[in-house]
Amino acid sequence: MQFIQPDINIDFIGKRLIGFAMSGTLILISLLSLLFHGGPRYGIDFAGGTLIQIKFNVPTGADTITKTLEPLGISGASIQQYGDVADNEYLVRADVAYEELEGLSEKVQNAFIKELSGELNQASDTDDQQTETSIASDQTSTTQTTVQKQSEINEKKTPPAEVRRIEMVGPQVGKDLREKALLAMFFALLFITIYISGRFEFKWVVSGVMAACLMGGVYVFKQVGLSMPFLILIALILSLILFWFLRLKYAMGAITALIHDVMITVGIFSICDKEFTLPIIAALLTIIGYSLNDTIIVFDRIRENSRKLHRITFDQIINTSINETLSRTILTSLTTLIVVLALFLFGGGIIHDFAFAMIIGVLIGTYSSIFVASPILLLWK
Amino acid sequence: MLVIFGSLLYVLPSFHIDVWPHKKINLGLDLQGGMHLVLEVEAEKAVESTIERMSNELRREMKTNHIKFSTLERRGFQISLQVQDKIDAFNTLLDDEFPEFRIVSRKQDGHVLSILLDLPDSDVVEIKKKAAEQALETIRNRIDEFGVSEPDIRRQGDRRILIQLPGVKDPRRAKDLIGKTALLEFKLVDANHNVEDAIKGKIPPGMEILYQVTENRQTRRVSKTPFLVEKRTALTGEYLTDARVNIDSQYNEPYVSIKFNKKGARLFERITETNVQRRLAIVLDKKIHSAPVIQERIAGGEARITGSFTHDEAHDLAIVLRAGALPAPVHILEERTVGPSLGADSIRMGLLSMLIGGLLVVVFMVIYYRSAGFIADAALMLNIILIAAGLAGFQATLTLPGIAGIILTIGMAVDANVLIFERIREELRVGKSPLAAIDAGYSKATLTILDANVTTLIAAVVLFQFGTGPVKGFAVTLSLGVIASLFTALIVSRQIFDFFIINRQVRSLNI
Repeated sequence: MQFIQPDINIDFIGKRLIGFAMSGTLILISLLSLLFHGGPRYGIDFAGGTLIQIKFNVPTGADTITKTLEPLGISGASIQQYGDVADNEYLVRADVAYEELEGLSEKVQNAFIKELSGELNQASDTDDQQTETSIASDQTSTTQTTVQKQSEINEKKTPPAEVRRIEMVGPQVGKDLREKALLAMFFALLFITIYISGRFEFKWVVSGVMAACLMGGVYVFKQVGLSMPFLILIALILSLILFWFLRLKYAMGAITALIHDVMITVGIFSICDKEFTLPIIAALLTIIGYSLNDTIIVFDRIRENSRKLHRITFDQIINTSINETLSRTILTSLTTLIVVLALFLFGGGIIHDFAFAMIIGVLIGTYSSIFVASPILLLWK
Repeated sequence: MLVIFGSLLYVLPSFHIDVWPHKKINLGLDLQGGMHLVLEVEAEKAVESTIERMSNELRREMKTNHIKFSTLERRGFQISLQVQDKIDAFNTLLDDEFPEFRIVSRKQDGHVLSILLDLPDSDVVEIKKKAAEQALETIRNRIDEFGVSEPDIRRQGDRRILIQLPGVKDPRRAKDLIGKTALLEFKLVDANHNVEDAIKGKIPPGMEILYQVTENRQTRRVSKTPFLVEKRTALTGEYLTDARVNIDSQYNEPYVSIKFNKKGARLFERITETNVQRRLAIVLDKKIHSAPVIQERIAGGEARITGSFTHDEAHDLAIVLRAGALPAPVHILEERTVGPSLGADSIRMGLLSMLIGGLLVVVFMVIYYRSAGFIADAALMLNIILIAAGLAGFQATLTLPGIAGIILTIGMAVDANVLIFERIREELRVGKSPLAAIDAGYSKATLTILDANVTTLIAAVVLFQFGTGPVKGFAVTLSLGVIASLFTALIVSRQIFDFFIINRQVRSLNI
């Protein structure tokens, strides 16, 4: 079976301006969306705050949740349905700073149990599953037995609410993670460019020294206290300029395509108003690694063809190479797309956004290896 | 070649089967439920208490040497001191007994010497480092005694401690146990002054107000009783050798009995001897537990801490007292708790999507490449087995993103086969024989596949370096998957091809 005929010949290079225009527009939209939303929407991993996932055994509305949480000092929390409506499961996210959160997990659980069992069984006064205990005096002669009886009653009925997951991240940790995530992406990009320059143009030393300087620069300026996103941005622009002057063509093509992929994925996330969490960063890094696969397949063919075919021009070589590898570019992406789709549809809520990022990344990555990475090689003509 | 491969093929799975019963794959906290905590040790507090202790020593020494001083107080990390007369004697004392102090500034004005002391930076760094190390050790002891299976406790950076407690059932109790400083102090209660006056602001020198917080379990009302106690600590928990839970036979209530070492026992005896009929407050982390009246001299170095504890509370208190106090308070920076039911759901859904995704890919490969597709599918199966073996062999942890990584690998592992098959088709179209086509296909595609996978591996390694917990699990499975797929695609599937072409003399290639 074959989707794409072996003698296919589409003039990709002739249409490269359309490709550039489209990519430019997508990036512009992404940037505008980021600007409009005031930067990426950070999840609690990066912004700090608390996330509580609660499953109810009785139908419960967002109103009840808000009402129950308010006395605990959690107001203005965003409440989100999780999974199916029938699941009665909610995600509550609050941006409360750390200090107010000590012991919150238990309070929330108790409050809901109280609230809901009150609704269920108004005659019964016993509502607390866990009786608060603290350091008590030696003189107090509270009888142990009453407490035990009370908890026995509570254990008999299943609690109407179950806190299934609690995540709390202090603001400092969030900031650290944000910086680390940016650094990780930056380093991944640099290492990959060293590898590409080395493998395709045998410029191991040049690219290695350049990358070392960039990393050193970022490290030094970080000590000075410049803000990380700003620094990474400068470093990226600087590396693009350096690639240009050092004539590291393949590295330039690869890194441009990668930045393109990451930016558009981030942009689409921003447009969909989805949160950036640790797994999303994992997805972005995987996209950086994976979307390059297709690019390398094309680059490899270009290199092979440049040795073989001397008579035709470089843009024709590129075009032939893209066409010759078109079927495998699409097939490899297709198999990966199949599994990420399966993950997206059946993988459950926690992994949902990760799979979503991967789907976008795989699609954009395939497109960019044809329309972005290869045409860039022609810039040096 | 065939033999080498054959042995490899047989050795690897058998190695895998061999390993399985001994080392099963560890499930991450997000899959089996549990608690992940990041604590920060407030190391500054350890420095402060060291300086506080040294200033107390200084005060005592000056008193025994009859050196007059007007002020002696700790301000942050510094001690400010004013000495009157006998300045030479003070200098000798400072040089002989307290060589570790660094003199920040000294100013002599007639008979009055104003001096500012602190500790050298290297000492401060050392104290902070020790505090973090000791906190880690203490917390580890506490958790070991609490009895969590396979806890993971480690230093993270300078002063952070990462704690992972899989399958912990009562997160609140575990958190209390870990986070409690558990500084046990015995302080004498002052009876000469009025507590009411002290609360209004007239605190007599050398005294402080501490509260006893009691809660009525039935009404759940909390009451706070203030006590005026001496600032000076008569005895601390560092002299404890043991702490056990006992049950009071009269009230059937648990209490904690503590045992001092020799030095502590002597101190305790002296305190009780000289302060009969006074109240001695038992203070834990600045809260008064009880303040019994000393009836008589207590020898033997045994005491009991009472209070209307539940059995669990008494049990936990005994653990923290045995494990010792934290050198400095800790606070929670990050907490992630996953309930076991959510973990089970995650496993179920992860496996489901793996099955569906895997099946779709397998079917697709067979439809698209026919018999060659079967070879790719066989390689894929081996690939998954290799990842599982790798996880067990390296004792890596499987997390939910880790499962996602395996699923992703399924999609990426066949990529290598796709590249090879496409190349073989290309060679066949040029008119080569099946054997030559396979040969050319593999040799030309190998480098491309290598390059493509190395970049993914680079990203995975960076991710491993960056990630924590679940994300790290993803990086692990992704790296394992990439390496396994290189092996299966370039070596295993090649051998299967060769087997059919050479041994079975297959003339045409169904690809």
